Amino acid sequence: MNEELIVHGIEWTVKELFVYPNEYIYWSIQIVMYPYMTGLVAGAFVLSSLYHVFGQKDLKEIAQFSLVFSLALLPVAALPLLLHLQQPLRAMEPLLTPHFTSAIAAFGIVFTTYALIVLSEIWFVYRGYFVAQVHALKEKSGFSNAMTRTVYRILTIGAYDVSDAAKKVDKKAATILAAIGIPVACFLHGYAGFIFGSVKANALWMSPLMPVIFIMSAVVSGIALCMLTYIIIMEWQAFRRRRGGGAVEAREIKGAETEVINKATRYLLGFLVAAISLEMLDLIFRGYTAMKSWDILRSVMYGEDFVNIFILQYTLGNLVPFVLLLLPGRTLKRTVLALLLVLFGVFMMRWNVVIGGQAFSLSFSGYMHYEIPVIPHSIETFKEGVFGALTVIATPFVLFWIINKFVPSLRRDVGET
Amino acid sequence: MTCSRRDFLKEAVGGTLATAMPLSAFVLLSKDEAKAAIADSNIRWAFLVDTTKCVGCGLCVKACKNENEIPYDAAVTRTWVERYVVTKDGETHIDSPMGGRDGFIDEKIRDEEIDPEDINKAFFVPKLCNQCENPACVQVCPVGATYQTNDGIVLVDRDWCIGCGYCIMACPYGVRFFHPEHKVADKCNFCYHRISKGMQPACVECCSFGARRIANLKDPDDPVTKIITTERVAVLKDEYGTKPHVFYLGLDANVR
Repeated sequence: MNEELIVHGIEWTVKELFVYPNEYIYWSIQIVMYPYMTGLVAGAFVLSSLYHVFGQKDLKEIAQFSLVFSLALLPVAALPLLLHLQQPLRAMEPLLTPHFTSAIAAFGIVFTTYALIVLSEIWFVYRGYFVAQVHALKEKSGFSNAMTRTVYRILTIGAYDVSDAAKKVDKKAATILAAIGIPVACFLHGYAGFIFGSVKANALWMSPLMPVIFIMSAVVSGIALCMLTYIIIMEWQAFRRRRGGGAVEAREIKGAETEVINKATRYLLGFLVAAISLEMLDLIFRGYTAMKSWDILRSVMYGEDFVNIFILQYTLGNLVPFVLLLLPGRTLKRTVLALLLVLFGVFMMRWNVVIGGQAFSLSFSGYMHYEIPVIPHSIETFKEGVFGALTVIATPFVLFWIINKFVPSLRRDVGET
Repeated sequence: MTCSRRDFLKEAVGGTLATAMPLSAFVLLSKDEAKAAIADSNIRWAFLVDTTKCVGCGLCVKACKNENEIPYDAAVTRTWVERYVVTKDGETHIDSPMGGRDGFIDEKIRDEEIDPEDINKAFFVPKLCNQCENPACVQVCPVGATYQTNDGIVLVDRDWCIGCGYCIMACPYGVRFFHPEHKVADKCNFCYHRISKGMQPACVECCSFGARRIANLKDPDDPVTKIITTERVAVLKDEYGTKPHVFYLGLDANVR
């Protein structure tokens, strides 16, 4: 086929029965990744706020880590949107000529507000450390030390006052920012839910519950990812200490880790229950009211997408980890398995919303199946395929590795006390 | 306060430039352009489809593709024709191969043979953009690249569309798609370049059976307007509140 004739969506859409000629799966894997990554950002921030605002002291370590991790996740929430645009060079237009009746128009504004809050909170938490580094590195010679010192000097933005009074102000500022951050984080994500929930043409998406469901599952996935990454990093540190002969230190790390994980698990379970209840309410309500679209929705949910929805999402992604986390005598390995399943479950929920919403024709007389491109043969099939999604998933970890070089979120002696 | 002549000139030039810079962002419109932008139009375009006259020849789809430069073999189209076959068992069989561009020469529907004896009724339904009064696609465009003219047509600015696809998702009628060459949203605009010069849309021009006609609802003497206002016409999917402006004569309850 001529290159010009490749219609967007035709390469991964398989039509069944009667579908309007222009209908394809226009929103594919990147739009699944968008709410997933945004959710992780919001969830990570909420977890960090539990310590900063509500004073949950035993969450301190994971809170510092998840605050910095949410910064690493932040650019990645916008990346899938950029990858999915047909005209990526025009990505700044929603900021230049926002058309505010559109739910997407305010994305840039909400996103930037949130980014500023996260950045300034991190700055207030780690400002003391930046100043200390500037002084400490002054003594050392060498080019790399000088460069690192320059970076830290820039990071202080000229604020070198580390008196007790100044530190008190820092702490207060961080708390206020964390408090403002919670509604903004929820808004950022609830807003992603609104983008879908307000599409009246789509029978599956249109629901006022959508933003709330999105927020709940966002917090679930954010907490799960932070816990998982935290466990992996802590285990790695303990492992290194043990090999270095520091058995006592290793035990200390493990002790602190278990405590943090126990506490975080309780929050995870709470939000998980809320998320599942809302989804069930939505499902029952649709079945009970049985509007015109229910026939096709039912056939998609109980037929075409049964495995995706009821087996992979609800059973494997919600029920199994719920039981795993609740059963007594929980081990770390079991927790890790449960967390992986939770993350998978939330991913499947995004998938079932975005892809499931396009699984049926607007004519209610046919179906569309999504065949995700695996081996890319063009930029389009890369962006909207498995490798595009993997790129998005890998980016926050790379970013975290870089950020953590300058903002040591995993060191217990650094940061506000 | 003292002010030397030099200072006065300096400040004056600086002040003028400072005011002129933001002002240059505005564009001066000619009298006609200004009128077109704000004045109430004495035109409201609408469309009348007489489904009883359509024979499913597909000439309208061919004409549209050529006129509006939609790649001929690409599987997207601004207008299309659907075939409905309702059998005695109550089943409705629908198809629209290549948007009906090449006519319906095969009696089979998606390789399914239907015995003529089993058919209760069969008919064709042409579809195109409804140029809604309350267009969902315009509402959701994040950058204002798609907009409604004051004579009721919804247009797309190809130089400003970011290609997010939100309008495609928002349209309940599935008339929008990504143009394979321009990589922006595209849709039927009643051949705006033709109707604004007093010509007929390409599909209307070529329909030999009078199944497609265009009307100006604000002109009570327009013969097509008379049909729309005096006869029993229907619209598609009015439950979405979009107030569509393509009216159908002889619309069947099975039409989706």
